[in-house]
Amino acid sequence: MKFLRQVLAIVQKDLAAELRTKENLSAMVVFALLVLVIFNFAFELQGVDITVLGSGVLWVAFTFSGILGLGRSFAAEKDKGSLEGVLLSPVDRGAVFLGKATSNFLFITVMEAVTLPLFALLNNVGMPWFPLIPYILLGTLGFAAMGTLLSAVAASTKMREVMLPILLFPVSIPLLMAAVKLTGGALQARAFADVSNWFNILIVYDVIFLVVAFWVFEYVVEE
Amino acid sequence: MRNSDRRLDALGLATLVFVIAGLYMAFLYAQTEVNMGLVYRIFFFHLGAVAAGFFAIIVVAVAGIAYLRTNARAWDRIAESSAEIGIVFCTIALLTGMIWARPIWGVWWTWDPRLTSFLILWLIYIAYLMLRASARDDARVARFSAVFGIVGALNVPIVIMSARVWRGISPVLFQETQQGFTFGLTPEMTQTLVVCITACLLLFFYLLALRTRLEAVRDELVALRRARSAR
Repeated sequence: MKFLRQVLAIVQKDLAAELRTKENLSAMVVFALLVLVIFNFAFELQGVDITVLGSGVLWVAFTFSGILGLGRSFAAEKDKGSLEGVLLSPVDRGAVFLGKATSNFLFITVMEAVTLPLFALLNNVGMPWFPLIPYILLGTLGFAAMGTLLSAVAASTKMREVMLPILLFPVSIPLLMAAVKLTGGALQARAFADVSNWFNILIVYDVIFLVVAFWVFEYVVEE
Repeated sequence: MRNSDRRLDALGLATLVFVIAGLYMAFLYAQTEVNMGLVYRIFFFHLGAVAAGFFAIIVVAVAGIAYLRTNARAWDRIAESSAEIGIVFCTIALLTGMIWARPIWGVWWTWDPRLTSFLILWLIYIAYLMLRASARDDARVARFSAVFGIVGALNVPIVIMSARVWRGISPVLFQETQQGFTFGLTPEMTQTLVVCITACLLLFFYLLALRTRLEAVRDELVALRRARSAR
């Protein structure tokens, strides 16, 4: 119970800091929108079947924009020196990780919640909300967990803005493959049996890396 | 002569014997394959490098876990050395695979599950070494790289599984055919393959021992310099 309260306290802190300026969130949303627009011109999405290419476009927008938010997650704490404060408080390291991961997950989800309807609107495509939203949330979960851990690593290196994507993308390729395939399956209204392999991979990835990141996080933030 | 020197020399000698035997067997002992002709012989070196490339990332992860548990610099030295040697074998595996694919498949590159998995493994090695280079001055570099090594190695089986599903191949753990086609291995070919893979793994261990020792000597040097300037 105490552990849960600590997690919530970290989440509350991050949300309060973000809601005061909304800098990070607005940057993420604008960036995702820009990715959609650029893809439209890069690939001439007008003529093609958007249900085929759309899942890739969406996930590129989600991950690229997500990386922006994840990068700020620890870089901001480092710059303001508030990470020391968090670490000095009598809070379990695991709770710090879960709190940061939860707030990152929430920020990315908010960005996706704005991007997804815009994508539907811009491409005149109907959204099968039911399987789509759980798929996207599951993909975001693994991405946020992994991103939170590696953001803490990257924030301490010399070239942190560049380091995060270099670390995060190679290890999130399986997640990305599964998320793109599932989203594509949902957009094309395919049967679940067609994509169930991908669903399993996504679940396996989420579980493994949530547990591992939770376990190793203390080694990353400890001075 | 120290005891460890003697052991290292014995390992080097064994490596040399196996490498020479492997070269002899790959070029002269194993008969030419009927469908592919001489070009298939690159396979013996390719699979050896693949084995060493995979093995190295396991060493990186295991040494990383051991480092996080014990905090002993020796484990970090092993992890760093293994990653450096691993990326060399990984590059050799990718290049030999491409050289083989050109005459057989007609293309230098195809997004075949095995090639794809190996390319991603290669990228993970690159990220690992870049992280080390970027955080070199930080006292926590060993911990960062241990964490990334563990995460990277855990990714490898998932990558292999998803690359197979991606190409519409059901996710089985053991591949039933060699490289997408069934080629009957004659007993001579199998023997050659075993010798070549053993040679590559021995070479990996030998290089790992040398590289780890170099790092240890370097640490010693830094300590000596520091002690001198403090005086």
